[in-house]
Parts: sequence; C-alpha cells; structure tokens
Amino acid sequence: MSALNEICYFIASMTFVIGLRMMGNPKTARKGNLIGAAGMLVAIIGTVLFHKGEVPFIIYFLIGFSILIGTLIGWFTARKVAMTKMPELVSLFNGMGGACAALISLVEYPHLSNQTGSLIAVLAGLIIGSVSFSGSIIAFLKLNGTMSKAIRIPSSNIFNTALMLVTIGVATVIVLNPGFNTLPVVYCLLLLSLLYGVFFVIPIGGADMPVVISLLNSFTGLAAAFGGFLYGNKAMLTGGILVGSAGTLLTVIMCKAMNRSLSSVIFGAFGGNSAGLGKTSEGGTVKDIQVTDLSILMNYSKKVIIVPGYGLAVAQAQHVIHEIELLLESRGVEVKYAIHPVAGRMPGHMNVLLAESSVDYSKLSEMEEINPEFASTDVVLVVGANDVVNPAAKNDPSSPIYGMPILDVENATHVIVNKRSMNAGYAGIENELFYNNKTSMLFGDAKSVLTALVNELKAL
Amino acid sequence: MEMILTFIEQNVDMIYFIALSIFVGVEVIGHVPAVLHTPLMSGANAIHGVVIVGAIHVMLNLNSDDYLLLILGFLAVLLGTLNVVGGFVVTDRMLEMFKKKN
Repeated sequence: MSALNEICYFIASMTFVIGLRMMGNPKTARKGNLIGAAGMLVAIIGTVLFHKGEVPFIIYFLIGFSILIGTLIGWFTARKVAMTKMPELVSLFNGMGGACAALISLVEYPHLSNQTGSLIAVLAGLIIGSVSFSGSIIAFLKLNGTMSKAIRIPSSNIFNTALMLVTIGVATVIVLNPGFNTLPVVYCLLLLSLLYGVFFVIPIGGADMPVVISLLNSFTGLAAAFGGFLYGNKAMLTGGILVGSAGTLLTVIMCKAMNRSLSSVIFGAFGGNSAGLGKTSEGGTVKDIQVTDLSILMNYSKKVIIVPGYGLAVAQAQHVIHEIELLLESRGVEVKYAIHPVAGRMPGHMNVLLAESSVDYSKLSEMEEINPEFASTDVVLVVGANDVVNPAAKNDPSSPIYGMPILDVENATHVIVNKRSMNAGYAGIENELFYNNKTSMLFGDAKSVLTALVNELKAL
Repeated sequence: MEMILTFIEQNVDMIYFIALSIFVGVEVIGHVPAVLHTPLMSGANAIHGVVIVGAIHVMLNLNSDDYLLLILGFLAVLLGTLNVVGGFVVTDRMLEMFKKKN
C-alpha cells in the first residue's frame, strides 16, 4: 500500500469521526453527514487511483460500471422513498453492506495464503456479513408488511442457539483442520450463516424491530472492520469499529427507552402473539366524540397537547395536524407536541416526520419535559399512537410493556384519541386508556377526520 | 497459548487502535439527543459502507479471466455503492428538514 493510499485512508477516518460527531447536533448535523460522504469519496478514489501493480482495463471498467449503476439506483431510491418508509430503507441499505462484506470474503478466500489471522478475518467477515444481510432482508419484509409481524417457531431459542453453535463450530473446524479448509465447506458456512440471520429475526416482532435494525447495523460495521483487519486498511477499520460501537450503544439506548433488556428482545420476543398477553379489558364502555364538538372544545381551551404516533404518519396527516396547530395558535391556544422516544418506528422518527411538514422544532417536547405539563392541559389529542400512552405500562405487571415509560396523558382534563377502530396497537396489547371516563374516541382515518376538524375550526 | 501471545505481540498496535476506536465510537454517540437518533442510525449505516473500499481492493487484485470471482466482486462493489450512496443521500434528505427550521 502506497503512502498516498494511506493519506487518503487517514483523511477518510478523520472525516468519519468528525462527521459522526457533528451529526450529534441539529445545527451541524447536515454538514457532518456531507463531511463523512466527502471522506468516503476520498477513500474510494484513493483506492482506485493509487493502486500499485498492473490492472487490466476490463477490471477498471467493471468497477466503474458497477459504481455507476449502484450510484444511480441508490440515489434514485433514497430520493423517492417516503419518509414513513425510513426504517425499511435503513434495513435494506444495511443488508447491502452486509452482503458486500460477505462477497468480499468469498472472493478473497481462494487467494488466502496459509495465515491463520487472515483466515479468521475472512470467515468472520463472511459469517457476520451474511447474518446481517439475511437478517436485514427479513426485517425489511416484516416492516414492509410482506411478511406477518412475528412467526412463532416452537422452541426457536434452542433452535437458534444450536444453529449459531453449529455455525461457529464449522468455522472453528475450518481454522483448526486444514483438511476442511476447502471451498465447499466455506459455502456450507455461508449457507448456515444466511439461515441463522433468517431465524434470528423471524421470531422478533412488531415493537422490537427498530432495535433489531440497529443491532444489525452494528453487525455490518463489525464485518467491515474485519475486512479492514484483513487488508490492514485503516479507513475500513475506523469506519467499521465506529459504527460497530456506536450502533451497539444506540441499540442499548433504544432498549432503555422501551424499558427492555437486549436479551429479552432477542430471546423473549413479544408483539406477535397477542392472545393471552396482558389484561384484556372486560368490556368497559367507550365514549365517542364528533368533530363539531371537538372543534368547540379545542377552540376554547387554553392549552392543547398533541401526541402523534405512527398512525399519523401512515395516514399522511402530519401536514393537517400542523394546520390545526396554526389555527389554534391564531385563536390564542397554546399548542405543543409530546414526542415519546419511540414514537413512530424508530427513535427520533416522529421528529423527522413532523419536521417534514414544517412543524417548528421548538414545539416538539420530549417525554420527561412534557409529562409534568399534562396536569395543566385542557385537551390532549392522541393521533395514531397507542402503546406509548397505555397506562398498563405503569399499573399492570402482567403486561408485556410493563415498566416502559409512557406519556401521562390521563392527567389532562380531556383526552381525545383518534383511531381507525378499536384494534390493538403495534405491540398487540389492549389499552385501558380508551375506557377511562376522561377519554373520548374520535373514530376514523386520521387525515379525513383531522381535515374535517380544520374546516370546523375555520368556521368558528 | 503460545499462539495467542505471539499474536498479541505482533498486533499490539492494531489492538490499541481497535480499543481506542471503540471508545471514540461510544463517546461520539453518547451526546446525541433523541431527536437525531434516526438520522444518526442512517448516517452510521452509510459510514459502514466503507466496506466498498475492500470490494474495490479485491477487484483490483483479480485476474481478468476469473469470471466467477469477477462477477462476485462486481456484485460486491455494486451493493457497497448502494449502501454508501443510498445511506448518505437519505440521511441528507432527513437532515435537510431540520435545517429548514433553524
């Protein structure tokens, strides 16, 4: 590797650290991302330009051609996809990275000399990359609704652990016993790893999917780091390890927000089997409210808090809700948004969606800061959120979400819940808030109901 | 045991490098507000696309008649590019929305 190469990789490594750092502040975040991208460009160009040794033209052509196609598809997809589809997109791109790492190992394997260190790095990259790839694809299919949210396999924990042990066992045998160090065995290892990725994600359902994506994200980072170790490539090492450790930390932060441990996410998945989970409500009565009454109620309130959930985004109602906010403000009503850490489908997802519809950043309040304010609030409007306002998290130890911090909406004078029907939420748990005597249900599609509300408010 | 000790002796710089990078990763993320978690995950996702450098490196060292390996390498570069370009562009799109407000 030439000195110029090393300089490029050094620049790239530094931009990754600086870029990630700047992404931690809303003011510098965008610039940080661009700095990271610039560093990546330097690393890629440096690799092609300063390569030592003769390279046939056809190979330069193939590299250029695949980068061109990849850029076009990647750019187009990233520009076109709706913001609500963000979790799907992240898991899909993550899977691509994992597949890339696995393919590198496959191509590199026949060229290995008899160095144990390199062999371990190649096999580790193959296993982790494949798991990340097939796991991400399953996560994508689940989020996309192509695959039902959770599939129960009898004693899946034992099966998965066994599969993992077999995979690691085969890899160990390849390293220790030169007789098994052959291409067919390596392809077996590939197959085992792909299978493990599939069975790892399949039993995990609904509410836990963001945690899984974040975990697979750090897996891909790890696979990239093994590639870096193999080639002594510092850019791959820094980038891979940074994402590996940062991704793991992010996973832990997410688990904390949901008050779940990582092991309970992986081994004790909930969200699929709604039957027998938690206390089903014993047929309490539900009040409903009409749009006309609600518009009057809100119009003469002092303070309104909006609790947006993923249902709001699904109905594409984030622009309408912003309109309601502006109308109410013009009538002297104080309006705020209460954002639960896991509102939407990933931490911070709701902020992105509301920012998209021009809601002022300063109006978005996080859970800790808004919870004391509910007691002094006249109307809380819950739109398309369910589990994050479920009191069972506080007072029903048998509920699977017991212990998750929630928004204390029931402290407000009036609670209005907009839902399409009485179906259970993302985690498939009954919500007793709906039967509270302060609560009125506003049934209907979020967008059409809220648009009707806007018209009523305008008429007042 | 002998093998492990030799490995540590030969790779001591690498071990320091890896350990320190882990700390940097944790520190850098530790101060991020919850609002930015989604863009951050997406941005980190783009950065591990650096694996494409490895894919290009592999391609550059292949012979032009290794057809199977060339196809695999071609796919690797393609998928790596998707990861990098898609990741950075989508992150930029998300962050663009925050920017408008400030």
